[in-house]
Amino acid sequence: MSKDKSEYLINRKDNQYEVVIGLEVHAQVTSESKLFSTSSTKFGAEPNTQVSLVDAALPGMLPVINEYCVKQAIKTGIGLKAKINKRSVFDRKNYFYADLPQGYQISQFKDPIVGEGKVILDMPDGQKEVGIERLHLEQDAGKSIHDLDPKNTFVDLNRSGVALMEIVSKPDLRSPDEVNAYVKKLRSIMRYLGTCDGNMQEGSLRADVNVSVRKKGSKEFGTRCEIKNVNSIKFMQMAIEYEANRQVDLIEDGQSIDQETRLFDTKKNETRSMRSKEDAHDYRYFPDPDLLPLEVSDDFIEKLKLEIPELPDEKKKRFIEKFKLSPYEATILVSDNETSNYFENVIKKSDVKLATNWIIGELFAALNEKNLEITQSPISAGNLSKLINLIKDGTISGKIAKTVFEHMMEGDKDPKKIVEEKGLKQESDPKALEALIDKVIDDNREKATEYKSGKVKLFGFFVGQVMKVSGGKANPQLVNEILKKKL
Amino acid sequence: MSDITKQSLSELIKNIKDKKLSSTEVTKAFVERSEKSKELNAYVTEDFSAAIDKAKKFDENPNLDLKLPGIPMAVKDLFCTKNVKTTAGSKILNNFTPTYESTVTQNIWNEGAILLGKLNCDEFAMGSSNETSFFGCVQNPIDKDLVPGGSSGGSSSAVAAQLTPITIGTDTGGSIRQPASFTGIVGLKPTYGSCSRYGIVAFASSLDQAGPMAQNVRDCALLHEVISSYDEKDSTSIDFKRNNYFKELTNNIKGKKIGIPKEYRVDGMPKEIEDLWKKGIDYVKDCGAEIIDISLPHTNYALPTYYIVAPAEASSNLARYDGVKYGFRADGENLIDMYEKTRSEGFGAEVQRRIMIGTYVLSSGYYDAYYLKAQKVRKLIKNDFDEAYKKVDAILTPSTPSSAFKIGEKTNDPVSMYLNDIFTVPVNLAGLPGISIPAGHDAKGYPLGLQIIGKAFDEQNLLNIAYAMEEKINFKNKITDWWIK
Repeated sequence: MSKDKSEYLINRKDNQYEVVIGLEVHAQVTSESKLFSTSSTKFGAEPNTQVSLVDAALPGMLPVINEYCVKQAIKTGIGLKAKINKRSVFDRKNYFYADLPQGYQISQFKDPIVGEGKVILDMPDGQKEVGIERLHLEQDAGKSIHDLDPKNTFVDLNRSGVALMEIVSKPDLRSPDEVNAYVKKLRSIMRYLGTCDGNMQEGSLRADVNVSVRKKGSKEFGTRCEIKNVNSIKFMQMAIEYEANRQVDLIEDGQSIDQETRLFDTKKNETRSMRSKEDAHDYRYFPDPDLLPLEVSDDFIEKLKLEIPELPDEKKKRFIEKFKLSPYEATILVSDNETSNYFENVIKKSDVKLATNWIIGELFAALNEKNLEITQSPISAGNLSKLINLIKDGTISGKIAKTVFEHMMEGDKDPKKIVEEKGLKQESDPKALEALIDKVIDDNREKATEYKSGKVKLFGFFVGQVMKVSGGKANPQLVNEILKKKL
Repeated sequence: MSDITKQSLSELIKNIKDKKLSSTEVTKAFVERSEKSKELNAYVTEDFSAAIDKAKKFDENPNLDLKLPGIPMAVKDLFCTKNVKTTAGSKILNNFTPTYESTVTQNIWNEGAILLGKLNCDEFAMGSSNETSFFGCVQNPIDKDLVPGGSSGGSSSAVAAQLTPITIGTDTGGSIRQPASFTGIVGLKPTYGSCSRYGIVAFASSLDQAGPMAQNVRDCALLHEVISSYDEKDSTSIDFKRNNYFKELTNNIKGKKIGIPKEYRVDGMPKEIEDLWKKGIDYVKDCGAEIIDISLPHTNYALPTYYIVAPAEASSNLARYDGVKYGFRADGENLIDMYEKTRSEGFGAEVQRRIMIGTYVLSSGYYDAYYLKAQKVRKLIKNDFDEAYKKVDAILTPSTPSSAFKIGEKTNDPVSMYLNDIFTVPVNLAGLPGISIPAGHDAKGYPLGLQIIGKAFDEQNLLNIAYAMEEKINFKNKITDWWIK
């Protein structure tokens, strides 16, 4: 394994800099109702239609923990191979903002529900382990809308109180590519668990990105900057790229880096200072006296463990061992639960090797072109399985299969019917083929003589002619065999 | 019956059940007296005509099986009442009308009681004299220009002046017991977790507790039975077996062990208080209970601990009053300016002082030295009680270090004002139940109270002791109706 090959370094004159990245991912808990109230969490509702008295922080209203959200957080912790803390504490993070009705966010500060864990990344040059520092539960804020009115800001509290998991990584990431792999892996694990849908367009997954740089080989961390609230992997990568280079330029220029919070401007592709360390909020964290410490029993955790499905790492291992897939193929097929389910449904009744190739090749390309998810595939697993069996039993050639596949993409049709209706069945009757070949040789007597006199290259010409006359349906293997005899 | 308002709650219930009085007659009597008593300034919001309508409706089809059948009742304006303005004594909530009902008041209406109106209190329950209310001082019916105590000053005044047969207050550091003591009535602060905090404007969440204020212990026991309930909407509500406090009330406390904590003999305590306490000890002995000297060594630290914990929680609890969603808003140049103006104009001086203290003690760099340390001391104070309760069933102390003082006497000396809570605050910090009963008068003829502190969830025993002592004390409140012209 060559380490240098994928090492992400920033070069300036004689100096090489390494980039150190840590992520705080905010993942919306998949749950019908909010963390401390019974309001709906459904996305896209009319503003302020999913707001309870608790969410709007009316006088005398009190939070009551949603047990389902607690289960979801613990499940996620189990998926991250992390320590589950049987006792955790909700704290208040105090600050004023128009979309924060309570004047504080209920979060977990000193005692999070989940402790240290890890995530394994599959990088081109091998696996990499990224440490998880902690996972805690917290409330989302509402949304301030500044662009509907020139003078006023509107506030939508539908998101106010929605449960988030903040997953904090250790500063183990070293490149934009690793960040890409990390976020995708995290998302994949949570989707397998059903604890977060990972939908970045709807804001279900966003991250604060901590970036610092240091000279290659240095053991000390540099001063970090935190880039707030980046909502796509691509933007995370762009922001890191920009920010790391900015920091390197400052160091090269003999300047120091200020620890600060920055914003990523997606239009200008640059990060800008939001507030310096001196201006940082004093959140005055203290345990929320409206909530008792959250205590869960071993039994509670054990029961949740029984609900944990096979996760991507284990599934990948099984696919490699049981189906003899390459690590590359297995990684792609387990990337999300839907894909692996599709694959396993296809191979129930058909050849694994062919299924793997068809899914990773033709199917993914076709879905990609139409911008569809695997769950929206016009070709069901059952029908793809049938198509593969038609190839396997010689009913159609691989080439014809591609034509059939194209028809199938137009709608979920039975490939057998397509083959019949379009008359695409492969001609494998030796007698019929012999007649066809005889006719081709007859029509090309001169070339046949040349072939016999040693111009063996002409064999391909005859094969082509036979296929042409048969309309592509002739079984190529049989054509080869018979031609050899006849010529 | 001309003297309806002089009747105790128990008498009124009996008369209504015996159909000697209708709810309408009772309600009208309290409305009339309340109308004539505006000088006391006990009410922030009167709901009199609605109350009479409700009483008439009750009489049309009276359900006499209820515990409070057709009984009119005014409540402290810290309880959210559906469709009736709820101010918490503050300008910032002066225009606020809840769309919901607090659990405690709902429990009361469910038993047939009728809302008379909302009673004055210190702003956000922060005060010991009712002088911090945006709606002005409340007069103590005992004497003109005398404070009724606080924060439940409107409540104590209204019960003592018989504007309501009974009421509920809230107690964070003594806000039920101290005003009860100042006005010659009974006030119970239940165990933390006994009464739901849902729908009560929060002051300090880990200390706040609603409780009854009554003319006598029997009435107090009955109302406590009604308001104490487990509530899923309050995560700190505790699901324990609650007694039928009224039915199980007994004056037989023979053999009970009552502790006398030496640390409550504070420096400079007036002789009158010392004498009252001694008399209390004699009453307890008369009842056949045993007196045992105990020590609560961390008592001295209770007040400073309280004045860190309570403001810390308050500073966060009051952050929601920001002018954005409801309540008072002052216009500003921008969001920050609007916040500053709204909160500067909307909150009074005492509330602002406590928000400042609370913000300070939670600030980074000070948190460990103040808030964290205070929490540790709080634990020690609780441990003191736990130790004591290995030897005794309850503890007897004075309720306050003095009788009621004059309006304006302590307004410029917050520390002297805070010292009023010296005997009541440890009870809140330890989450225990405490009751103040009137036990005598000082030289000026002002009432003085004794406090009995019980074990957690042991309100029955507490009420029994209070009931037995009440019989021996035979206290008579001296009210002249001086404010009625």
